[in-house]
Amino acid sequence: MPEPLLDVRAIDAFYGDFQALFGVSLTVNVGEVAAVIGANGAGKSTLLKTIAGMMTPRHGNILFNGEAIGGAAAFDVLKLGIALVPEGRRLFPSLTVEENLLIGGQSRRPGPWTLDRVYQLFPVLAERRRLPAPALSGGQQQMCAIARALMANPRLLLCDEISLGLAPIVVRDIYAQLPAIVAEGLSLIVVEQDIAQALKAAARVYCLQEGRVALQGPARELTRERIAAAYFGV
Amino acid sequence: MQWFNLILQGVLIGGLYAMFAAGLSLIFGVMRLVNIAHGDLIVLAAYVALMVTQTLGIDPLTSLLLVVPIMAILGYALQRGLLNFTLGQDLLPPLLVTFGLSIIIQNGLLEWFTADSRKLQAGAIEIQAFQALPDVWVGVLPLIQFAVAVTVIAGLQALFYYTPLGRAFRATSDDQAVAQLMGLDTRHVFAMAMALSLAVVAIAGVFLAVRANFDPSIGPARLIFGFEAVIIGGLGNMWGTLIGGIVLGVSQAIGAQIDPGWQVLAGHIVFLIILGLRPQGLFPKVSG
Amino acid sequence: MTKVEHATRSSRIGVALTAVTLVALALAPFWGDRATLRLLAEIFTFVALASLWNLLAGYAGLVSVGQQAFVGLGGYLLFALVILAGVHPIVAIFLAGPIGALVAVPVAALTFRLRGAYFAIGTWVVAEVFRLLASQISALGGGSGVSLPAAAVIAMAPSRQMREFETYWLALALAVAVLGAIVALLRSRHGLALTAIRDNELAAQSNGIDVTRIKFAVYVLTGFGTAMIGALIFLMKLRVSPDTAFSVNDWTAFVIFITVIGGIGRIEGPIIGTVVFFALRQTLSDLGSLYLLMMGAVAIVVMLWAPKGLWGLIAERFGWQVLPLQRRLVLDKETGGHT
Repeated sequence: MPEPLLDVRAIDAFYGDFQALFGVSLTVNVGEVAAVIGANGAGKSTLLKTIAGMMTPRHGNILFNGEAIGGAAAFDVLKLGIALVPEGRRLFPSLTVEENLLIGGQSRRPGPWTLDRVYQLFPVLAERRRLPAPALSGGQQQMCAIARALMANPRLLLCDEISLGLAPIVVRDIYAQLPAIVAEGLSLIVVEQDIAQALKAAARVYCLQEGRVALQGPARELTRERIAAAYFGV
Repeated sequence: MQWFNLILQGVLIGGLYAMFAAGLSLIFGVMRLVNIAHGDLIVLAAYVALMVTQTLGIDPLTSLLLVVPIMAILGYALQRGLLNFTLGQDLLPPLLVTFGLSIIIQNGLLEWFTADSRKLQAGAIEIQAFQALPDVWVGVLPLIQFAVAVTVIAGLQALFYYTPLGRAFRATSDDQAVAQLMGLDTRHVFAMAMALSLAVVAIAGVFLAVRANFDPSIGPARLIFGFEAVIIGGLGNMWGTLIGGIVLGVSQAIGAQIDPGWQVLAGHIVFLIILGLRPQGLFPKVSG
Repeated sequence: MTKVEHATRSSRIGVALTAVTLVALALAPFWGDRATLRLLAEIFTFVALASLWNLLAGYAGLVSVGQQAFVGLGGYLLFALVILAGVHPIVAIFLAGPIGALVAVPVAALTFRLRGAYFAIGTWVVAEVFRLLASQISALGGGSGVSLPAAAVIAMAPSRQMREFETYWLALALAVAVLGAIVALLRSRHGLALTAIRDNELAAQSNGIDVTRIKFAVYVLTGFGTAMIGALIFLMKLRVSPDTAFSVNDWTAFVIFITVIGGIGRIEGPIIGTVVFFALRQTLSDLGSLYLLMMGAVAIVVMLWAPKGLWGLIAERFGWQVLPLQRRLVLDKETGGHT
């Protein structure tokens, strides 16, 4: 078994005195799509933020490519090859679509993702490249946020609730592009409230409940009963 | 015609005020920091220029080649070494630290250079004037200063909207956390903004030093003029700041005409009137 | 029934100590020499000024670098009332308060349109306007200022010693009154709102506290107090001029440094800070600009590494409070705390 690309080992995370993650472990192999599901407040976003460097884990380790990155600053983590598509999109409102993408690319990591390539993936962005980011619809903003992260040519892409607030058909369109992204050599962690979508897209699933991993396994082996039990903690 | 000359003088000095304001405005835009030591840094630049011109025997304009980089590097170090640590949610630390800095610079300059009035000599150009219209004389130096001010503002606008650095400024100003997620080292971005601000301060300082006498205590007044220009013109708008500076300069010129002791007061009163009637300024782009 | 209690053991000791100290200070004219009285009076005025600034900045979140406007206003009001209206100097001090409050109203109306650091600079502009206007009043000496006429000086008391005792007691009384008023305010319902604003303005607002109105009231009250102290300060100096009346260094820089080093947002802070400031000044004697430079550096260091100031460090370490300002819920043992 080759080494996993990302190896999260029993991390704790805190917001001040409030503990959000308790000994969470997770692995992602090269070329794999992993999904993290769970109810609101279960700690899914916290997990992604900690991996991306926005928060520092208090115990445990995060290994990326064998290198310890726990506690590294977000901009260093990006340079190592992990990019986060933040919850709620969070495009830069003063910048145009294209400028948002260029910010994504300013770290100059080598790789296949260029402006042309992301415009190929999401043609609607090319049509609206000079518009200010807030002028886009929700779905288009989500595509822009994903494209912006891709521009950094990451090896691991973290997607935080990309279906949030979007119509199902839009969500399907976006998820339809994920295979193309994986085909270019990326690995993914997808945090989702939409369990069906998560199970369809991912090879491995982790279910978080109140900051702990309640269930994990290959997507096709997990039954609905087991997931519901882990999700709600019954 | 005398009034026309008057207004013209006011417009031209307005350019200088706009330059005082530009650096202030830039910092506020990028990191929501108001540097109370800003005026004292302008005076510091004037003293740096004094030392450079005296030791190297060059003229003030040439000294800019040294003074601008010196101040820019100082700005980078200041931000990275001190001011970055004051940024955050709380309003008090940046305000009190820059206030403390202001006192330190003023008194440091006082200790080193004494309270004696100084001036930079630019030579014959200081008194040169040309006749633009019958009865209208325009000083060459004020005109050059105004032209430089407009160029600086245009340059800053171009930098902000057409360069990667400017993009980084705007992104960081929008959302610092996500900017970091995209690989921007915001400590460096803020330091670059301060370096740029002090580069502009350097130019303003040299022009100030050539135009009039200076001593360690005149910093706060420059801060206030810059601040008034920003508020009159409207936050977040560089060209508005230029208009603000011009309005201020013209108000002061008219005040001085009424009574010499009313020069600065007239500017303050116009500022307060605009604050009372149109607090967002003449051409606002963002809210403070 | 649950009760709200303010006192703790340390605050009971603190109040007792304070009472003893006040008695000793009130008797100072009988055990202290002229220089001591002058120094103490100066300390009292700075404690009062710093406490007021602390109320404004540390509790109401209004950081003003323009309070010298009111110090100078008070000074000029004193001289104007005495010289131009023949008012007795001490009466003039008590008139300076309400007039200062009246002036504070339009000033607040204007400056409140600015936020944060821009508000701070706005208050500075107002102070500059006052200074420039003052230098235009030829009846009060214009740019060079004016001295208190002999007749007014004698009206205060027949002998110089009596006059100095009078101003000393006035300074002590004013400082005690200002501190007392601040403590009373903080212990009241409004004080609870202020403390909430100090801790988290947004949360306070969403809990229904009319933040703007409270800030406005605090600004006007501070103007009241600062003007009175200003009047007293310049009565003691016997002379006023635009530059001394509206000096940023004397009335804002020192006050800010005192409060920052002593501890912002706590009532004991300005007292500690003033003591430290004057102790340093006495031991280091007059180093002029070097002293200011050092104060600035110390203030920066404190702001970055000990933002709660000296008293903040002590209070957090030991849980002390000198004055009973905490609010503690005391549960009734009999009913188990439930009503």
